[in-house]
Amino acid sequence: MSTSSITFNRRAFIRTSSLASGGLLIGFNLFTACKPKVQPPVDISKLNFNDFNAFIKIADNGAVTIFSPNPEIGQGVKTAMPMLIAEELDVAWNNVYVQQGILDTENYTRQLAGGSQSIRLGWEPLRQTGATARQMLVNAAAAKWGVDPSECTTSEGVITNAKGETLGYGDVVREAAALEVPENVILKEPKDFKVIGTDAPNVDIDKIITGKPLFGLDYKVEGMVYASVLRPPAFGKVLDSYDDAKAKAMPGVLDVIRIGEKAKELSKEGVGNWTVAMGKSDKVVVIAKTTWEAMKAKEAISATWVDNTNMESTEFQDKQLLGLLDGKEFKTLRKDGDIKKAFAKADKILERTYESPFLPHNCMEPMNFFANITDEKIHLVGPVQTPEFAATAVAGMLGRDVKDVHLEMTRMGGGFGRRLYGDFVYEVAEIADAIKKPVKLVFSREDDMTAGTYRPAIKYRIKAAIKDGQVTAYHLKEAAIGGNMYGLIPNFFPAGAIENYQIDVANYQSNITTGAWRAPYTNFLAFAEQSFFDELAETMEVDRIKLRLDLLEKVKGTTDERIQYSPERMQNVIKVAVDKSGWGKKEDGVFQGFAAYYCHNSHVAEVADVEIENGMPIVKKVTCVVDCGIVVNPLGAINQIEGGVIDGVGHAMYGDLTFLDGQPQSQNYDKYRLIRMGEIPVVESHLIQNDLAPTGLGEPTLPPAGAAVANALKAATGNRFTQQPFSKFPELMQVPTKPIIG
Amino acid sequence: MPKYDINVNGVSKSVDVAEDTPLLWVLRDHLDLVGTKYGCGIAQCGACTVHLNGNAVRSCSLPVASVAGQHITTIEGLSENGDHPVQLAWKEVDVPQCGYCQAGQIMTASAFLDKNPDPTSEEIKTAMHGNICRCASYTRIHRAVEIAATKIG
Repeated sequence: MSTSSITFNRRAFIRTSSLASGGLLIGFNLFTACKPKVQPPVDISKLNFNDFNAFIKIADNGAVTIFSPNPEIGQGVKTAMPMLIAEELDVAWNNVYVQQGILDTENYTRQLAGGSQSIRLGWEPLRQTGATARQMLVNAAAAKWGVDPSECTTSEGVITNAKGETLGYGDVVREAAALEVPENVILKEPKDFKVIGTDAPNVDIDKIITGKPLFGLDYKVEGMVYASVLRPPAFGKVLDSYDDAKAKAMPGVLDVIRIGEKAKELSKEGVGNWTVAMGKSDKVVVIAKTTWEAMKAKEAISATWVDNTNMESTEFQDKQLLGLLDGKEFKTLRKDGDIKKAFAKADKILERTYESPFLPHNCMEPMNFFANITDEKIHLVGPVQTPEFAATAVAGMLGRDVKDVHLEMTRMGGGFGRRLYGDFVYEVAEIADAIKKPVKLVFSREDDMTAGTYRPAIKYRIKAAIKDGQVTAYHLKEAAIGGNMYGLIPNFFPAGAIENYQIDVANYQSNITTGAWRAPYTNFLAFAEQSFFDELAETMEVDRIKLRLDLLEKVKGTTDERIQYSPERMQNVIKVAVDKSGWGKKEDGVFQGFAAYYCHNSHVAEVADVEIENGMPIVKKVTCVVDCGIVVNPLGAINQIEGGVIDGVGHAMYGDLTFLDGQPQSQNYDKYRLIRMGEIPVVESHLIQNDLAPTGLGEPTLPPAGAAVANALKAATGNRFTQQPFSKFPELMQVPTKPIIG
Repeated sequence: MPKYDINVNGVSKSVDVAEDTPLLWVLRDHLDLVGTKYGCGIAQCGACTVHLNGNAVRSCSLPVASVAGQHITTIEGLSENGDHPVQLAWKEVDVPQCGYCQAGQIMTASAFLDKNPDPTSEEIKTAMHGNICRCASYTRIHRAVEIAATKIG
């Protein structure tokens, strides 16, 4: 039934053991269990998103606990991943207790959140684990009854034999734990699913609505002190000296220390390929009895900073990136045919440049982390998307064995990629190592926004050749800060649809730290390409939907393994979006924009409806059609779709972080605009129903949203937005007094 | 340091803190009521919303000295068993994604519905506009406020 390319070797991963407290514990390790043919498109090639594992615990009384190994950042895996196990284990979902697994490098490996890969890669192994446990329980019951296991059935944690006798899972769990691990367990057919495909509320909902401690910022231990860190006021500056006399005299202040030596060693070697925000400078740390006292005393420190490297401004960076686009130094990531020849023969050529700003992540829970370091143990607690990576880096930085590290993951107040980077973990570890006390590092919002690892500013230049009514060449150039598109992205649509096709990239290395931000690269690439296709259709004077469908037609039957998107599934979401949005059938005054995009293994089409209110175009509605295969938890899936679309609309409209002499020009929400309740469109979600293996949903609905809005704004105002954020160009928002023709 | 008496969730508390200490940090660090969240510290995001004598206020920007002797309700004290109509509506709709901003959203919504139990859609949008949800669970927040209104009104 599965179209997944995962191969599965059960022997490699199942481990069972009896629990001292009674019961059965089953673990598995996806690291050896699943190897996709093609690496998932992650930005940091050193990391694999395809290896992690989980546990099931069944107590003598039949109570089932499923440990969710991966960090929960709001994407819903703490609910959805255990559902996959519960399905095949055949237990009632409302009797399952879900617990967050800790970082456990012996039993779990590579626990992380990123790339919208948790469900896609967990689909087979998580179900296999549930099915294996179920089979062992059945085998134990059958042995007790003296019957063949094939005569037994299960339902909601109860085993029934042919005579109608029953045993609960808890009744046979001890015997089951002593049995051989069975081979070749059979997985359910989708038509038999009882848990998958049902609405499961967030497993932490009760704690969230009653304000129970749940997040890193809520974590406390006896004797814990708080740290607030003074970092350079601008990228490129480093600490020279400081005066802490005033701060030390303030209430609650316990100490003021200088840190940075250890973290500098770390960033010298590079943490993986990652840069550490403000990693080149020493920092001044206030240690105080409370958060407020630490934050307030930090403001009383006067420090002098010296320029270490260039103090970069947005204007300077814009010139660098445009210079790269105009230049000749590119790395070619994909080349089909000969674009040069095709451009030479073209009837028409369309060329456009698209520009995006830096974006901070703005997780609502600011960066924070707890550390307590003793000779015996390095105890770390808090929100990080890459716990194993952070633990290894801290151990290395302190010259300790990684086995000394005990890392607990808390629920995270947002991730969006920011918590992939452990700069805050290294900082708190260095602080805790110096003061020998349990300590919580807390970023203020200003710290969070100004010492970020940002979505880099990127510019795209796209050029297409048109000959005899066909698109004969497509040339996309990327100039980005920090890095470039990676993995399979150069092979996304329209790769495979146009004979002469080339993707070229160049990058400028800035001292401003950059990294992954929800749907890295594609979050703006989709805007550029899907805006371009709209304009291409206008230039060619063809229907904009038909242009896309016709191009997709040419991809059918491709044997190019790099092309992972399905032209059939893409055409389908486009057609459904046209139908559901009432495309082309709207009454006067409703202006629609279309965009379709594939990323993170899911296919998405969106239609934005813009209406004019008080002379201004307003995004009133977005229709979003998603094909992500089998939907594990529709209730959570719709939340991700709505959130992704609104996030995409919001950042396209308002998101903007500029720099002046290395200093971020927004530091808090008074000067940084995030979309709010009064500005949101209605989101109408449609999930394609099929029996294909599930793919990611944390990211894929965001990228096309900006283009759908820009294309609708073009229809409403006659103006084409090529730069984000749109709010920066109020003159383009002007609605013409006369109706737009054509 | 001066002593301040405040009534939090119906219980009188005495705290010994500097007069400019924001109520938010008194709640979180001194009284161990961590349900109220820090988001921005400048009353722009709403994560720290509590009720002061029944009105929704931003606790990050209220010095403790200004609330001495007054009645404060936090998310922990909104209802005894998590069954305030707004909390139940949040559960019914399954609003949260990451969940961090939701205590503030619930406190804003509950104070608003107290005063306007039968709001229009536009009134809900205006009332909730001050609370940022970075995950953008706004459509569900809106729906949950509508549902809570039907149960309160």
